[in-house]
Amino acid sequence: MTNWFTRDAIRLLIPALSLTLLLLVIFYLQPRAMSYNGLNLLFNLAVPIALATIAQMLIMTVNDLDLSMGAFVSFVACVVATFLNTNPFLGIAILAAAILAYAALGVLIHVRNLPSIVVTLGMSFVWGGLAVLILPAPGGQSPVWLRALMVSKPPLVPLAIIASILVAVCAHFLIMRSSLGVVLRGVGGNFRSVERAGWSIVRARAIIYALAAFFAILAGSALVGLTTSADANIALRYTLLSIAGVILGGGEFVGGRVSPIGAVIGALTLTLAGSFLSFLRISPDWQIGAQGMILIIVLALRLLFNRLERRGKSA
Amino acid sequence: MISIKLLLEKPWIWSFVAAAIVWFVTIMFTGGASAYGLSQAALTFAAFSIIVGIGQMFVITLGPGNIDLSVPATMTLSGTIALKLMGGADSMVVPGLLVAVAIGVAVGVGNYGLIKLLRIPPIIATLSMSFIVQSTAIWANRGLRIKPPAILADFTTSMTLGVPNVAWIALGLSIVAYWLLQKLIYGRWVSAIGQNILAARMTGIPVDGVRIVTYVLCAVLASVCGFLLANFSGGAALNMGSEYLLMSIAVVVIGGTAVAGGNSNVPGIWGASLFMFLVVSMLNTYGFDAGIRLIMTGIIIIGVIVLAGGHNSEQR
Amino acid sequence: MTNIRPQDAVIEVRDARVSFGAVKALDGVTLAIQPGECVGLVGHNGAGKSTIVNVINGGLTPHEGRVALGGKLIEKYNVKVARDHGVRCVFQELSLCPNLTVTENTRIMHRSLAGWGWRKKASAVVRAKLDEIFPGHRIPVGALVGDLTIAERQMVEIATAFSEVIQKVRLIILDEPTSSLDAGLAAQLLAFVRAFVKTGGSVIFISHILGEILSTCDRIVVMKDGKVVAARPSEGCTEHSLVESMGSVVKGPSARSIREINTGEPVLSAARHAGKGLPLKAHRGEIIGLAGLGGHGQTETLIDIYLKESGNWVRERAPKVAFIAGDRRLNGVFPLWSIIKNMSIGHLSDLSTKGFIRRQDEAKLVENWKSKIEIRTKDVENGILSLSGGNQQKVLFARALATRADAVLMDDPTRGVDIGTKQEVYSILRSEADKGRTFIWYSTEMDEICLCDRVYVFNSGVIVAELTGDQVTEKNILAASFRSAAA
Repeated sequence: MTNWFTRDAIRLLIPALSLTLLLLVIFYLQPRAMSYNGLNLLFNLAVPIALATIAQMLIMTVNDLDLSMGAFVSFVACVVATFLNTNPFLGIAILAAAILAYAALGVLIHVRNLPSIVVTLGMSFVWGGLAVLILPAPGGQSPVWLRALMVSKPPLVPLAIIASILVAVCAHFLIMRSSLGVVLRGVGGNFRSVERAGWSIVRARAIIYALAAFFAILAGSALVGLTTSADANIALRYTLLSIAGVILGGGEFVGGRVSPIGAVIGALTLTLAGSFLSFLRISPDWQIGAQGMILIIVLALRLLFNRLERRGKSA
Repeated sequence: MISIKLLLEKPWIWSFVAAAIVWFVTIMFTGGASAYGLSQAALTFAAFSIIVGIGQMFVITLGPGNIDLSVPATMTLSGTIALKLMGGADSMVVPGLLVAVAIGVAVGVGNYGLIKLLRIPPIIATLSMSFIVQSTAIWANRGLRIKPPAILADFTTSMTLGVPNVAWIALGLSIVAYWLLQKLIYGRWVSAIGQNILAARMTGIPVDGVRIVTYVLCAVLASVCGFLLANFSGGAALNMGSEYLLMSIAVVVIGGTAVAGGNSNVPGIWGASLFMFLVVSMLNTYGFDAGIRLIMTGIIIIGVIVLAGGHNSEQR
Repeated sequence: MTNIRPQDAVIEVRDARVSFGAVKALDGVTLAIQPGECVGLVGHNGAGKSTIVNVINGGLTPHEGRVALGGKLIEKYNVKVARDHGVRCVFQELSLCPNLTVTENTRIMHRSLAGWGWRKKASAVVRAKLDEIFPGHRIPVGALVGDLTIAERQMVEIATAFSEVIQKVRLIILDEPTSSLDAGLAAQLLAFVRAFVKTGGSVIFISHILGEILSTCDRIVVMKDGKVVAARPSEGCTEHSLVESMGSVVKGPSARSIREINTGEPVLSAARHAGKGLPLKAHRGEIIGLAGLGGHGQTETLIDIYLKESGNWVRERAPKVAFIAGDRRLNGVFPLWSIIKNMSIGHLSDLSTKGFIRRQDEAKLVENWKSKIEIRTKDVENGILSLSGGNQQKVLFARALATRADAVLMDDPTRGVDIGTKQEVYSILRSEADKGRTFIWYSTEMDEICLCDRVYVFNSGVIVAELTGDQVTEKNILAASFRSAAA
């Protein structure tokens, strides 16, 4: 078993190092960030992004890609800020229907052998439209319990960090350790051999899409809990952020090679990148650009690392 | 009769048929009063999606996984910088256009450089690139709203022979694109790479050369479109490109270009772009709001890909 | 044929017929496997071995014919039914998930490994099986399959197939299991197969190495052209009698003209692989054969030479090398295109002015080659996929030969091509070589290798022997295929 852990650790090394380095620099630049409140502020918005990243990672496990992630999280945010607040049963029913819709999408993509990019591109319009119908103008209100949960202050460690760890551990157990997760990753690795062993690939796709929808719903809820209200465009940039987060965390587009812990670390790194620059007193104009640069640097490091590893192996 | 049958076999015909139906239905509502105005508007706004759509089409033709997500950022950056450089002076029009093209070349080379050097999928390379480009645009813009040179503002908003000037430009670019694809070796190469990149490499096609040219082409078309759009709308806005990310992909897909690569379709982009605009104005005319419009758009995209995808799987 | 009582058989396939298009892959095959016997299945490529294997493991439903398990007729026979009855298969191409560990792959193969503690159970099961079959193996069950060597992957696949969790293993199909194992491991496997059969299990064993078949199997079934042409106990069989019933007559020396050995500057060359074995050199007008067991680096060598000699960034007016694919789908055919476009793509530089393609010249070239190598089609504007496999392959030949390239690399291009076409191809090759073209030819068929002027024999990615002129014989090549490289 020990070997498995080292392998996992290698995969996580670069993302973890990047995050640590970034944190250290921030602490150096702004020692006050090292406090409970400082950390809370730094990582607050990371929770919904981490959840959305996990959702995207699940889709990527079966070699697909979800371009509607941002629109869907926005849609969820609108539902949570309206129906779930005023009429919880209807709200839950809508969210359950959304999970079913995602599962159906997975089945459609598999049965008709469609490119997931285009189907989810179409779905991004649908979710966006539904969100506009629910909330034509920014508004709504977070359910009280959700708000209370998201701003709660557990002793010693800020909520954002506890939540991130919890998300990472749950997703890790689900996709890396459970016997179901093995089959789902197997579909990404070599679906033919999984099929030959007598598993239904359609069912696997439906399950993974439904799971992704579930995590995306958590992301939307967490976001509303933090911002107290919602609007139809609240999370549009999550599509790109979530893809970047998975890649930053050591995941790959094909081959079922994903890492939930890495994905959460990737999401945290992207969130921190913005704060990092503001501490450097670089204008907020460059915030997005910094995320791009960090993405490029980490990917370059990974390439370098892979090469070294390969050289070490062949020698 | 035979020519009609041949026409019906073309994959792009359906987007035109759909556009015509929607046009007709919209005109019906207004009793024919708006026929001319609607056609004008459709041609004008479709022109912008056509220009970016052509670029995206070339990239998508390169095969699965090839997509350029930096289109909106490139549009914004080129519009912003060009307007700033021209500073409203008519004499600076040519340098402004050249700068826009140069920005396109730089972004395209950057995109392919990332793909090649970091060995990352195009989607993540163009995404990282777009972050940087967008930031540069924000930094360059600084909330200033510089008016375009009068001559350009006039040109982009007026008509020649009853057709908007931007539509003429789109037509010219489309013809060039059609030539590139149908008559030149380059077009064959793009299609070959999209069908089977390994086979393309093993028949002596300079795969990297073709791909970098294609990414540059796409970025240049995006920046030209941004240049025109900024002049058309009287200034560059930071979100001016945002709707064109999904739009550029959508018109390619609806226009009948194979998403799996290898097969592109220039006329279809015209049909699809007109259709996308007309659907929105039809729903507007009938009093539907933005939400319904978006949902319809999404359902159309999925419908088209389900139909087209089914056709493909029967063939194989 | 033999006096088998069908009700006893682990599995019985009766009168199975399968056809792909016009090709009859199985033409009425009846095969029954008894408990406690090891059946060897031999035949040439395309004889129908893989198809019958697919029918038995449930992956393919025969268009006609029936399948019975333990004497009971099964109406809807599929992969799941087969697995539930303890029928397992180790495939020729490796079918593990490279992104999962050995333990996790075991879980994929065995549905019942689930619930709390499945990981521990699965590890124990597969580790025990590996220890049993390959004592002294050093495979950690926690390692990712993608990190293992090919031989180790093959071992893992065999071990997972033989593992028992709840369902007893009744029949294992081993499709070329020893092709990537070295002699020691192969011997361990064969010993285990004997032991397994002794305890009442059944094995279908497919191998090109007839010695293995003869020493391991109780009964040998020979297939040819989708039919069973012989089935008899292995005692009394010899390699010679098997080869005879497979339908290939051992020929005397072919009508190859012995050419004087050219010692000038080579047209093409490849360095030694990882500093081992021999370098490769090809001279003007030579036909060089690459031999050895399948998948031992021949294709990779050809691709490396091609990539080295052709540019990736700019267009070349006169290409130095051309390549003819054997795996058409993977690196040969452009599926959306017509025959014309598929044929002319390698030659466009000469058919264009300033980048514009001259359509008339293109059409002329294609018509020319169409009649030269007799591509059977009404209209060259038809899609390439409308052609039969053999004719598609001719288009690829024409694509490469139409170029001005001095050297042509061939990656087993006659795979699945009928004998008539092959003969045409051979004569074209010889006349082109006489005109001064160089050919480097990887072939899995001994007859073709024996047509070459000079032969390099590969083993594990390395050239282990060079045979010239009269040395090029089946016996010498086979002997060299198992030699390992000197550093």
